[in-house]
Amino acid sequence: MRHQVNEKIESITFGIFSPKQIVAASTAKVVTPELYDREGYPVDGGLMDLRLGVIDPGLRCKTCGQKLKECPGHFGYIELARPVIHIHFVKQILDLLKLTCKSCARVLIPDENLKKYFGILEKVGREEGFEARRKKIKAIVNKYKVKEKCPHCNTAQDKIKLDKPYTVYENEVRLSPIEIRARLEKISNDDLETFGFKSGNFRPEWLIITVMQIPPVTMRPSITLESGERSEDDLTHKLGDIVRINQRLFENINAGAPEVIIEDLWDLLQYHITTFFNNEVPQLPPARHRGGQILKTLATRISSKDGRIRHNLAGKRTDFSARTVISPDPLISLNEVGVPFSMAMVLTVPERVTEWNIEYLKKYIANGSKVYPGANYTLKSDGRRKTITEETKAEILEELEPGFIVERHLIDGDIALFNRQPSLHRMSMMCHRVKVLPGMTFRLNPAVCNPYNADFDGDEMNLHIPQTEEARAEAQVLMLVETQIISPRYGLSVVGCIQDGITGNYLLTKELVLTRNEAVDLLYSSGVDDLSALPNKEKIDGKEVFSVLLPEDFNFVGKDKSGNDVKIVNGQLKSGCMDKANLGQESGLMLRNIYEKYGPTFTSGLLGKISKLGITVLSRRGFSIGLADMDLEEGANEEIKEVIAKAEEEVNQLINSYNQGKLESLPGRTVAETLELRILESLNKARNKSGTIAMKQVRDSAALIMAKCGARGNPLNIAQMTAIVGQQALRGKRIESGYRSRTLPYFKPNDLSPKARGFIKSNFKEGLKPHEFFFGAMTGRDALMDTALRTPKSGYLYRRLSNAMQDLKVEYDGTVRDASRKIVQFLYGEDGLDVSKTENGALDIKKIIQQVLGAK
Amino acid sequence: MKHDEVLKEYSEKLSPALLQEIAASVPANIAKEKLIKILEEAAGLYSRAKINAGECVGLVGAESIGEPGTQMTLNTFHLAGVAEMNVTTGLPRIIEIFDCQKEIKTPMMEVFLKAPHNTIDKVKKFAAALKETLFGELVSEYSLNIYEQTLTLKINETLMKDYGFTDIKELAKLLKTKSKGFISETKDYLIIFTQKDKGGENLKEMYGLKEKLKVVKIKGIKGVKQVLPVKRGEEYIILTSGTNLKDILQLSEVDATRTYGNDLREVYEVLGIEAARQAIINEVYKVMEAQGLNIDIRHIMLVADIMCASGAVKGITRYGVVSEKASVLARASFETPIKHLINAALEGEVDRLTSVVENVMINQPVPLGTGLPGLVTKMK
Repeated sequence: MRHQVNEKIESITFGIFSPKQIVAASTAKVVTPELYDREGYPVDGGLMDLRLGVIDPGLRCKTCGQKLKECPGHFGYIELARPVIHIHFVKQILDLLKLTCKSCARVLIPDENLKKYFGILEKVGREEGFEARRKKIKAIVNKYKVKEKCPHCNTAQDKIKLDKPYTVYENEVRLSPIEIRARLEKISNDDLETFGFKSGNFRPEWLIITVMQIPPVTMRPSITLESGERSEDDLTHKLGDIVRINQRLFENINAGAPEVIIEDLWDLLQYHITTFFNNEVPQLPPARHRGGQILKTLATRISSKDGRIRHNLAGKRTDFSARTVISPDPLISLNEVGVPFSMAMVLTVPERVTEWNIEYLKKYIANGSKVYPGANYTLKSDGRRKTITEETKAEILEELEPGFIVERHLIDGDIALFNRQPSLHRMSMMCHRVKVLPGMTFRLNPAVCNPYNADFDGDEMNLHIPQTEEARAEAQVLMLVETQIISPRYGLSVVGCIQDGITGNYLLTKELVLTRNEAVDLLYSSGVDDLSALPNKEKIDGKEVFSVLLPEDFNFVGKDKSGNDVKIVNGQLKSGCMDKANLGQESGLMLRNIYEKYGPTFTSGLLGKISKLGITVLSRRGFSIGLADMDLEEGANEEIKEVIAKAEEEVNQLINSYNQGKLESLPGRTVAETLELRILESLNKARNKSGTIAMKQVRDSAALIMAKCGARGNPLNIAQMTAIVGQQALRGKRIESGYRSRTLPYFKPNDLSPKARGFIKSNFKEGLKPHEFFFGAMTGRDALMDTALRTPKSGYLYRRLSNAMQDLKVEYDGTVRDASRKIVQFLYGEDGLDVSKTENGALDIKKIIQQVLGAK
Repeated sequence: MKHDEVLKEYSEKLSPALLQEIAASVPANIAKEKLIKILEEAAGLYSRAKINAGECVGLVGAESIGEPGTQMTLNTFHLAGVAEMNVTTGLPRIIEIFDCQKEIKTPMMEVFLKAPHNTIDKVKKFAAALKETLFGELVSEYSLNIYEQTLTLKINETLMKDYGFTDIKELAKLLKTKSKGFISETKDYLIIFTQKDKGGENLKEMYGLKEKLKVVKIKGIKGVKQVLPVKRGEEYIILTSGTNLKDILQLSEVDATRTYGNDLREVYEVLGIEAARQAIINEVYKVMEAQGLNIDIRHIMLVADIMCASGAVKGITRYGVVSEKASVLARASFETPIKHLINAALEGEVDRLTSVVENVMINQPVPLGTGLPGLVTKMK
């Protein structure tokens, strides 16, 4: 559209510039460290030379004539007074020096064997990479090194040593970069091939810098402070140092200064150029600002998470996006997202004017940018942009014709991508339809919380508006919420009813009987307008009400959460109740079957209706919890106490026999370990037992209903509230002594009793004793620590996995291959099935057999 | 079965596992037409569930394993059962497997025994024989006589008999290779070492001898630090802490088809790459299952395959799988970018831009999914 791309980059070649190439590619030679003249205008031949690009508004680049933001910047160069070693090539230079003769510059391998080794080296290089090859050649030469004489010219070789970071000694005599360069120059192209360098584009002497490239100003822009002062980029500072020292070196050489001074300056130049490339060289003190802040030079800019590669290249920023707090709205449909008016008036969708839509687009333009629904900009056919304001409105309306593009406000039904970080899933970014709503937050249906892993305690989410037809089409077809219902991780639904949605349906299908009026009211308010399926009688069973939502030819046999059969025959729920096992997320077996048979759109619609039905049921019936929910029936308390007392007695006996040395150890354990294990075992048994008693004895309360149908809470939570909290485990053991031989000063030393080792006898309703509370806090903190430590670890694992596997794809022939087309699997997953098209990883063959055989 | 031919016809259209399932679950006397109908429908179901070309299975797999990683526990404690070995589980174990670390935290083996040997008594005895016993465990007292320059070791009599040595001379024999330069004598339950050539200050050597003798293996299999016979189903097996598959598998009592260790590198060295691949799948799946996480086996298979694709087990680290990538930019975007860029420049590498990140970097469509197909058209 606006930027039609006609060309594609096919490959990128890496290599090293020769000094000649550097000069040829440059637009300016930098000769002075000065940046600006007295008027603040860039100096010719300075580091901010106008030929290197522009960073000031109003000026034009002297090379390409373009203005700020248009000119990409151009490289310059400086000629160094003396050559300098490039810090990143030190290892290569050293290897080349060590492995070649000091006089004839041949590889230190006899000619007769060279061919044989060349083959080996090529193989190593191909299979294990460049660095392995380097190691191999070192090993080969070392074999011949014993003689310490060049096999070609018989010159004795001296020992070459590197004094890190960049000084080379030969027999304790320092080799200057000039000498090194001279030696590297002598190495023949044929020998370089032995080293694995491709001849033609590479010469080893280029690794020594004689002419240095100056990066364009556009990559080191200066900032103008409020005071009008200019603050230069770190790179400019560093380059300033280099140019200054270089000038001084030139002057001193020309003036015939003593060798010592020249050496010193040369070293200084080497230091500055080294830190220009990499300011984190281990053996060098980093270059600093006057304030002591470490300069960020080239290597720092590229590497690490905030570096160019990961921060700017692999991750990019977008326009047409928004972010705000989310809040729930069970009344909008599953694939909608509520967008505040204020956002809808800023985010726009470009729409091309045609004869068919011109009338309604005119209406938007007439509304302007301040009235919703309006439009903010128009784009003429020639690409010129016009802002719609009160003044320009009339004119724009006048000239509007097919071919123009109007950037209109977001309206209901527009396509948007909705995302919540961390985006660990492909379901973390799904396509929703926009619904513009009053308020300041994004609204989303609570049923889609699970794939996003969102809750409403202040979570924020991001919204992106695709701007091209292709993007919208792709988003709609591939990313729409309903297409993502089945997780590719395990082939079950990730979206399902939650909380009230489940509880309501559970109650409805379990026990409610409604009058016809109530039933109609209920269904109508949950979005059902075809009530013909409702049986025509006075009292209507809850199951029948639920069945109205189901399609008429739907059959399903399954189990509910408590193990009872659920049977749906011809769209009628015959037995069982609807709970988490069939409606919930990560299970939702009934939903899975509906998806299979009726497709994504129907499923998401049905899910919305079921969810709404559940909520309406609850609001009609009334549903609340209170402290009384935790009351036990008469006698239950005593029963529980008895169980616990018994367990304690058991433990005491264990401890006694341990103290008397009578306890027999389990195989492979010490006696003390055995004691711990057995105590834990009996205490856990006691807790479970009292839990079951409690579950049986709790009055049929709202909390229990929720736990039963899986909407919220589990039996353990109920048991902890009503009966007993239980043993607190720290790192898999009972709480061990924190003070000398005891857990708290409250206990006697070496007390092994349950109470002294973190067994909490109380329950949450009664409240905890001080020491019990403390033990609870201990495990609580341990859990917090665990989460805090786990997140970065698993994050790193995930990053590594995704980096290693990101380019694996299924080819047209069904094989799985990586980017270099190496085969990783001959058939994906050994059967070529897409997990998200299976039911929990398998195909339901039994059903087919049953259908065929059943139709006798 | 009488319909083998019919089934055979569908071997192209259905996966072997599905065919088997169908063959197993239809009644034997099924009419041919019905079987064909079943097969036809199954084939339809299968082809509909097949994966699309261009699907980025790698990324989906990485997501499927990485996402639940946040839900795993960090704690490495053992199972709740009373008689089990302590095994690393949870996230640390997953990291250990994917890193392909040289030394794992809790190496262990499950040693299955062949039929006549897997009764409780025999297993117990066999287990005791497996355990690596060091000479130091048998010694109850060391005495170093400085004047006479002798080292006297007192052996614990009962322990010695427990370990099945009847004569002290047997023991002394075992020590011979490690005590060169010394003469040993045995007396009752004493072993006395004297230096061959007396003279000079050789105390240090005497002392060194003592330390050397302590770690002489007198019995069992090297590396097996602990043994634990447990019941598995109908039979008894031996759990060991510390692994040595190579030696264990050579024992005739051991059922080599079922015995297995959890050290991936060892499995690779002893049993080869296919075994290592299966071991990775099993180990990862076991951990995921123990954590109650539902992950399809196909994702784990893919990771295992990419780790083993080169013929050796490679970890998912910058030295392993990632270093094998063809693309310079893809490697640079992972870790140590400077190193990769410098080497690429020296070597004159060419990046063909065939994978994902490079294309993201230069704002081009990624060659996956909908970015894969191209359009060829004739220009007028």
